[in-house]
Amino acid sequence: MGNINRRTIVIALIFISIGISFVIKLFILQVYDPSYKFSAESNTRREIINYPARGLVYDRNGKLIVSNQADYDLMVIPRELKTMDSITFCNALEITMPELRSLFSDMKNKLRRRKISAIKPSIFYKQLSAKQYGYLQEKLYKFDGFFVQRRTLRKYEYPHAAHILGYVGEVGTQDIKRDDYYITGDYHGINGIESTYEKFLRGEKGYKYVLVDVHGREKGAFQDGKFDIPAIAGKDITLTIDIDLQKYGEQLMGNKIGAIVAIEPSSGEILTMVSSPNYNPSLLVGKKRAGNFSTLSTDSLKPLFNRPIMAWYPPGSTFKPLNGLIGLQENIIKPHSKVECHMGYTVGRFHQGCHYHYSPLDLRRSIANSCNAYYSHTFRGIIDNRKYGSVQEGFEVWKNYLVNFGFGYKLGVDFANENRGFVPNAKYYDKYYKKSWSSLTVVSLAIGQGELLTTPLQMANMTAAIGNNGFFYTPHIIRGIENDTIPSNFTTIHKTGIDEQHFAPIKDGMEMAVWSDEGTAAIARIPDLNISGKTGTAENPHGEDHSVFIAFAPKENPKIAISVYVENGGFGSRWAAPIASLMVEKYLNKDIHPTRKWTEKRMLEGDLIHGKE
Amino acid sequence: MAKNSLIKSIDWITVATYLILVIFGWFNIYAANYNPENPVFFDTSKEYSKQLIWIGLSIVIIWVIFMTDSKFYVTFSYFLYGLSVFLLFTVIFIGKEINGAKSWFEIGPVRFQPVELAKVATALTLARLMSRYGFTFNKRKNLLTIMVVWLTPVLCILLQNDTGSALVFFILILPFYREGLSGKILVFGLIAALVSVLTLIYPNAIILALIITGTFIFLAFNVNLKIIGTGITAGALGFALSLAVFYILGKEFRWDIFTITGAIFLTTHLAIKGFSKRLKVILPAMIFMWGAFSFTISSDYFVEKVLSDYQRNRVNVLLGFKDDPLGAGYNVNQSKIAIGSGGLTGKGYLQGTQTKFNFVPEQSTDFIFCTVGEEWGYFGTFGVVVLFVFLMIRIILLAEKQHSVFSRIYGYCVASIFFFHFTINIGMTIGLAPVIGIPLPFFSYGGSSLWGFTTLLFIFLKLDTNRSELIR
Repeated sequence: MGNINRRTIVIALIFISIGISFVIKLFILQVYDPSYKFSAESNTRREIINYPARGLVYDRNGKLIVSNQADYDLMVIPRELKTMDSITFCNALEITMPELRSLFSDMKNKLRRRKISAIKPSIFYKQLSAKQYGYLQEKLYKFDGFFVQRRTLRKYEYPHAAHILGYVGEVGTQDIKRDDYYITGDYHGINGIESTYEKFLRGEKGYKYVLVDVHGREKGAFQDGKFDIPAIAGKDITLTIDIDLQKYGEQLMGNKIGAIVAIEPSSGEILTMVSSPNYNPSLLVGKKRAGNFSTLSTDSLKPLFNRPIMAWYPPGSTFKPLNGLIGLQENIIKPHSKVECHMGYTVGRFHQGCHYHYSPLDLRRSIANSCNAYYSHTFRGIIDNRKYGSVQEGFEVWKNYLVNFGFGYKLGVDFANENRGFVPNAKYYDKYYKKSWSSLTVVSLAIGQGELLTTPLQMANMTAAIGNNGFFYTPHIIRGIENDTIPSNFTTIHKTGIDEQHFAPIKDGMEMAVWSDEGTAAIARIPDLNISGKTGTAENPHGEDHSVFIAFAPKENPKIAISVYVENGGFGSRWAAPIASLMVEKYLNKDIHPTRKWTEKRMLEGDLIHGKE
Repeated sequence: MAKNSLIKSIDWITVATYLILVIFGWFNIYAANYNPENPVFFDTSKEYSKQLIWIGLSIVIIWVIFMTDSKFYVTFSYFLYGLSVFLLFTVIFIGKEINGAKSWFEIGPVRFQPVELAKVATALTLARLMSRYGFTFNKRKNLLTIMVVWLTPVLCILLQNDTGSALVFFILILPFYREGLSGKILVFGLIAALVSVLTLIYPNAIILALIITGTFIFLAFNVNLKIIGTGITAGALGFALSLAVFYILGKEFRWDIFTITGAIFLTTHLAIKGFSKRLKVILPAMIFMWGAFSFTISSDYFVEKVLSDYQRNRVNVLLGFKDDPLGAGYNVNQSKIAIGSGGLTGKGYLQGTQTKFNFVPEQSTDFIFCTVGEEWGYFGTFGVVVLFVFLMIRIILLAEKQHSVFSRIYGYCVASIFFFHFTINIGMTIGLAPVIGIPLPFFSYGGSSLWGFTTLLFIFLKLDTNRSELIR
C-alpha cells in the first residue's frame, strides 16, 4: 500500500490515537487503579421480601382451626461475608463450632451447584427461636452479610383433621419452574386444602428495596421506595367441616384403620373426613417437620395415606341399594317383586351363598335382610335384558348408572390426590374372559364384590344421592373464601338418572335394616332419630373382612349422609354401623343418648390394631 | 451482475466485524435487562426481545441494499437529502418529545428518528457534490454549496434540541480534509472542538497545556524546529520558576498560574524571534493561543460565577450535556464504578450488579458500554475498542481502493460518523468526553439507530462491490 495518501494516514492516526487513549484509560480504570473496583460508592440493591401471613382457616361454625405464628430465619448474602467472631456467632445461635462449619460448607456446596446466588439473600439458619432471635439481633451488626427475615409458620389450634388441612413446606425446584411467583426458600401448601387453595391462602409477597454499599450497610430506600410493593395478606377460608364432629370421628376411629366420610346431602358439603390412623398436624410445622415426616412416612400403618379419598375398597352389601334402584329404573323388578332364597342363589351348578333368612322376600325386606339372591337375580335381569341385545350392551347400561352416581371417576373433590376407584366395563371382561362371559360370570358385582372398587368418599356421595332422591352436588371441603366465591363446579347439580319415585322403597328398606326386627343394623338405632342405613361386609382376601356401613338421617330431607369403613372389622354391624350411628347422633343431637353410652365406650376403646376389643 | 460475483465481491471481513458487534451488543442488552432476582429466561416484553426483531429487520434492510443498483444511491442522493431535510424540519412541529428532544416521529407503534436518514442522505449528497469533475475547496462557490448542504440539517437538528446528534455532522470535516481541505483548518477545528468540550470537564491547567500543545503543532507545520525547541525551553523555564516561587513562599500550587507563566515566557521568546527573523506566522499563532486562553478562563468564570444555577444548567443542556439531577458527575461516576468494578476479566456474563436497576442511567442505550466493562472486564472493553478501530480503518482503506470518487468520499463519511459516535459514547462512559446522549453503533438498544448505522455501512459495502467501476 505504498501509494496511500498522506491524509489517509493522518485520519487513520486520529482513529488509532483515540483508540489507544481509550485502551489506556480503560486499563487504568479496570486494572491499574483498584479504587473503582472496591469503591465505597459502589451500590447494590438489596431486595427484602415481606412475607404475608397466610390466610386463616375456619370450620363451618366459625371456629378457628389454623392460624399463624411468627418465625425468624437467619439470611446470608455470601458475597458480603467478612471474617467474623465465630465464637460469638455460635453462642448466639446456640450451636457448636463443628455445626457452624457444616453450615458454612453446606452454603459453599450450594453456591458451587448454583442452587443459591452469591449476591442474593438465602436462608442460612432456619427458624430461630425467640431467644436466639433476641440475642442475635443485638449482635448482628458484627456479622457482615447476615440479616434476619421475619416470616410466619402455621399454627394448628386442634390436633385433628391433619389429612384435610395438609401442610406447608418449602417449594422445590419443580414448583419454582411451574410458577415464577416462588423463589427458593418460599413456603407453599403441599397437601390438603393448603395446596388446593394455595393461591388464595398465600397472599402476595411484598418487596422492599434498599440500597446497600460494598460493606453491606443499608443506605436507605432505593429511589425513595418507588418500587416497593406492600405485602398482601392471604385470604381467610372457611371449611365445610365441623371440627367437633371431626374430633369425635377421630376418637371413635382411634386404634382402628379405616375412614369416615360425612356429607350434607343438600349441598355436598363434607362435614367430616376421618382417615385413621392419623397424626397431629403440628408435627409437620417448622424445623421438626423433616424428621417427623420421615417417621410418619415409614410407619407401616401409613398414617399419611388419606384413606377417605385414596383407599379402594370393595363396597360389599352397601352397594345393594344402588342395584335395587337400577333394577327399578330398568323395570326389572317392582317394589313388591319377590325372589326365593334358600341359603343362597343357585343356577345349575352355580351357587352363591346367603345367610339364613325368611324366603321369599320383597325389595324392602331384601335390603333389611341383605339378601344376596335378590340382587343376583336383579343384576342378571338388568344385563341380560333382551332390549340391549348382548351382555356387553346390557353391562354398559348398568355401568353407566354407576358412573352417574360418581363411581369409576374422580368426583372432583377439592383435594389433589383423589383416586377414581374402579368400575370395570364390558371391554375389561371381554379381554379378561376372552369374550366368553355372561351375567353369571360377573354376578358377584350384584353384591358389591368382584372387581368393583370404590373410595369411602364415593360411597358417602352415593348415600347422599339416595337421601336426596336422585341428585348430588360434588362433595367439597370449601365453604367460603374471603371476598371471593367458591368454585362453581361445587354448586352445580348432578342427576343420577334414577326417577324420584324409585327411591321410596329403597329408603324404606334401609330404614328397616336399622329398625325392623329382622334388620341387620339394629345396633345403629338412635332414640328419637329416624336413621336409615345399610351394612356391608367387604370381602378381604388378605385377612378379616372390612366392616362397612352407610347411613343417612333423618329419613326425610336428610341432614347427614355417612359412610364408614373399618378395616378388618368383620361384619358391618360390628364396628362400622355403631360408629356411623354415633357420628350421626353426635352431629344431629349434639349428645349421645344415655342408653347408647356403652356402645360409645366400646367403640372408643376398641383396638383393632393391637388386637384388643 | 450475476449473483455469484456479488457474493464474491462483498467484503466479508467487514460484514463479520459488523455481525460480531451486533451479536455481542445484543448479549449485553440482554444482560442489562436481566433481573437476577427474577431470572426469566426470555421475556417477550423486554428490550432484548425487541432488539432481536430490530436485528432481524436489519438483515432485510441489508438484503434490500444489496439488491439495489449502486447508481441508485448517486441518482437519488439529492432526493433523499431533500426528503430528510423536509422530515427534519417537520419533526420540529409534529414530532414527539423524548428526553427533551423533539426528534421522533411516532406513527402508531412505530417510532422513527429522521436524523438517522439525514446522516445517510447528507453523506451521499456531499459525496456526490464533491465527486463532481473539477471540484476543489478553493472555489468559493463550491465551498458555499458544501457549507449550505452541511449546515442545513445541523440547524434543523439544533432546533429539535437534539444537540448530540447535531454535533455528529461536524465530524464530516475529516472527509473534507481527505478531499483537499487545508490541514490548518482541520487542526484548528479539532483544537477548537477539544477546547470547548474539555473546558467543561477538565481543570484549566490541562486545557491551557493542550492549547499550548496545539499551538506548537500548528507552528511545527510552518517554522523551523529549532525555534520551537528553544520556545519549549523558555516555556519550561517560566513554568519551573513560578513553581519555585510558590514552593519557597509555601503557597498552595496553582498549576494554571504556572502554565500561564510558562506561556508568557514562551510568547516573549517567540515574539523576539519572530520580530528579528520576520516570521509572519508567529503573530497569528500567538493571537490564537492567547485568545484561546482568555476564552477558556472567561467561559469558565462566566459559567461558574456569573450564571445562576438554573442558567448554568440551561447552558449545560444547550452544550449537549445531559440533565444531571443527582449532582455533577453522578452519572459518570456510577458509570466509572461499573466499568472499574469489572477488573481484568469481568464479573462474568449476567453477574453484573452495577449495570442493573438503573444505578447507571440509560443502561441499555447510551451507557451499554458499562455492561461490557462490568461483566467482561478489560478483555471485553479492549476487544470492543479494537474492533471499532479496526472497522473504521478497514472502511477508509477500502475507500481508498475505490475507483469512483463518490464511493471514496462516502466511505470516509461513514467511517467518520462511526468515529464520532465511538469517541463520544465510550469517552463519556469513562469520563474522557462530556455526557452527550448519542448511541454506540450496533451496541445501543434501539431500532432507529441500529438501522441507521446498518444502512450507512452497507450502502458503502454495496458501492464497494463495484469498486472498479465508475459510479455516476
